[in-house]
Amino acid sequence: MYKIVSKETLNQAVELMVIHAPYVARKCEAGQFIIIRVDEDGERIPLTIADYDREAETVTIIYQVVGYSTQKLSEMKAGDFVVDFVGPLGQPAPLHKCDHVIGVAGGVGSAPLYPQLRKLHEMGVKVDVIIGGRSSEFVILSDMFAEFCDHVYIATDDGSLGTKGFVTTVLQNLIDQGEKFDEVIAIGPLIMMKNVVKLTKPYNIPTAVSLNPIMIDGTGMCGGCRVSVGGKTKFACVDGPDFDGFEVDFDECMKRQGMFKDEEHNCKIGRGE
Amino acid sequence: MAKNMSMTKVAMPEQEPNVRNKNFDEVALGYTKEMAVEEATRCLNCPKKPCMDGCPVNVPIPGFIEKVAEGDFEAAYEIITSENALPAICGRVCPQENQCEGRCVRGIKGEPVGIGRLERFVADYHMANSVPEPVDIPKNGKKVAVVGCGPSGLTCAGELAKKGYEVTIFEALHKAGGVLSYGIPEFRLPKDLVAREIANVENLGVKIETNVIVGRSLTIDDLMSDGYQAVFVGSGAGLPRFLNIPGENLLGVYSANEFLTRVNLMKAYKFPETPTPIKVGKNVAVVGAGNVAMDAARTAKRLGAENVYIVYRRGEDEVPARKEEVHHAKEEGIIFKLLNNPCEIHGEDGWVTGIEVIKQELGEPDESGRRSPVPVEGSNYVIPVETVVIAIGQSPNPLIRQTTPGLETQRWGGIIVDEDTMKTSKDGVYAGGDTVTGAATVILAMGAGKKAAKAIDEALSAEA
Repeated sequence: MYKIVSKETLNQAVELMVIHAPYVARKCEAGQFIIIRVDEDGERIPLTIADYDREAETVTIIYQVVGYSTQKLSEMKAGDFVVDFVGPLGQPAPLHKCDHVIGVAGGVGSAPLYPQLRKLHEMGVKVDVIIGGRSSEFVILSDMFAEFCDHVYIATDDGSLGTKGFVTTVLQNLIDQGEKFDEVIAIGPLIMMKNVVKLTKPYNIPTAVSLNPIMIDGTGMCGGCRVSVGGKTKFACVDGPDFDGFEVDFDECMKRQGMFKDEEHNCKIGRGE
Repeated sequence: MAKNMSMTKVAMPEQEPNVRNKNFDEVALGYTKEMAVEEATRCLNCPKKPCMDGCPVNVPIPGFIEKVAEGDFEAAYEIITSENALPAICGRVCPQENQCEGRCVRGIKGEPVGIGRLERFVADYHMANSVPEPVDIPKNGKKVAVVGCGPSGLTCAGELAKKGYEVTIFEALHKAGGVLSYGIPEFRLPKDLVAREIANVENLGVKIETNVIVGRSLTIDDLMSDGYQAVFVGSGAGLPRFLNIPGENLLGVYSANEFLTRVNLMKAYKFPETPTPIKVGKNVAVVGAGNVAMDAARTAKRLGAENVYIVYRRGEDEVPARKEEVHHAKEEGIIFKLLNNPCEIHGEDGWVTGIEVIKQELGEPDESGRRSPVPVEGSNYVIPVETVVIAIGQSPNPLIRQTTPGLETQRWGGIIVDEDTMKTSKDGVYAGGDTVTGAATVILAMGAGKKAAKAIDEALSAEA
């Protein structure tokens, strides 16, 4: 059993939990993820690690309440226990020293992006970030990014905060203004990552993306998370979750994400939701 | 006692094929006391005991059968468990026809003694009539770590605990049992029974820590510096192989691991009562013809598929699954498409619509001794299916070899060991089961676990 040390609501759909998980906290690095099971007979769901504290042996997760299991998780409070919490899974993000990196986050994608940019900053890299959301409420972690990012740019669909438009609108503007980036790290919805790559590829700015496909075990056993990268099949759980965005077949990823759409719906009906 | 000279085994009651292919209850129902005694009197108690040579864990077979014939089932249980910690499991999933029963004298003329059925009866009888109690074994103060809570790990841990070692098993999944829990279906190996057998091992003092991935949560070197004097690696063969043909990433294509794990470990057959879903079309192709393929095909049928095909590139004689599994599958209506080699999976809008195969003819025997199939030019055709399950084998998970310096492995990933002691190239580290052999059987893994336990005990006793 793994204790929920604290819980915070970041907006109407996104919550943060700090969970006591010694094994994960001791070993995890930016870019890795965990699998959580809320209760007995629950689903195994993968979530990226947003932060960790090796001394307190805690791990921070940030999740969007979208389906059955995240709803169940959302019903829990500080002091409660989740039955399973395993990791760290996946490869640490391949971060390397360079001059200037910009992170691009969409919605809850800010969470996995945060430890990567912080690590780059610690490595002496100049970092900026673009955070996107439907409206101001969906822009999360901007204060935390501001602690080490030179610039925090914000884009909202409705213009309620920052630039009206998408994260790609802001990124295009920066490139047009002559900003030079050695690398882009984009984490968010598949369609956002696809569009960021579409933008950066002609400029040949290396772009890393982080994938979070459907999976069961997270250790390479089920193969449900397979993704085509550079024409080769990779397992996001053990080969990723970070990949070279130029090589990822996003259309296939988006299709595979919809594998159990009908069942998700039935599941809710079956439970009278 | 008068010997029963019947040429055939006492039949074991089973659910009717057309009933059982719609439920997940166990297919075979087991012997009654009377049936067990009757079958036990078929054993001649011959002096050479060839059956025991066929048993990877050396169960004193004629001894326990004699007790069954006398009606002393608890004494029979004691005899079996002196050598085998998981009898209810072995009685169900061991390939007895190649092992104990394959060597039985009665099998020369007629059917061998139903050793597996008797083992199963004895284990079930004991479970139904006893309450597990912790056993008090004096500790010897030495710590051993076991990686993976499958058949080899459980056996190794149990053997060492009996000798007083403090043993901790580290399991990557949330549930103990390894392939017994995630792989073999409920209708062949009920999960509450697996849980009972594991509880018996825990009663010996073995500690099981789930949710610890050795190679990620910690490494073998970490275990060594945490004071474990030896480590046994029984991490199995968890990495699924794919065909590498076009269309394999279409929606509706599963590895057998994913398909079976969803159903067995995550209980997707109870969806939406349980939240993990599984999607099965009206028509399902399972590629491969081993035991795992049979499990997947029979599971698909039970999930409501109308037509389930086993698609296999070789012929009937080359089918690697146990005869009993093939027989059960055919009874349940599984359609065998032998000498059919998949070459492409077709799809529409991202979803599977069919599997294209090319017919094969049998040619000369290959290095495995099996006649190798040769494609028949121009014989391609498409079997319309919505679901494809790839069951062509698994290889060892790379996590441990990637994170354990000094551990030598085969090119295909198997850990290299000394076959007598199961010692690896790394000091204090032993390995056994599928991670050494590639996907094999429960009982071979248990045999390896036992061998390693003996070697670990010898090594650590010498140190003291």
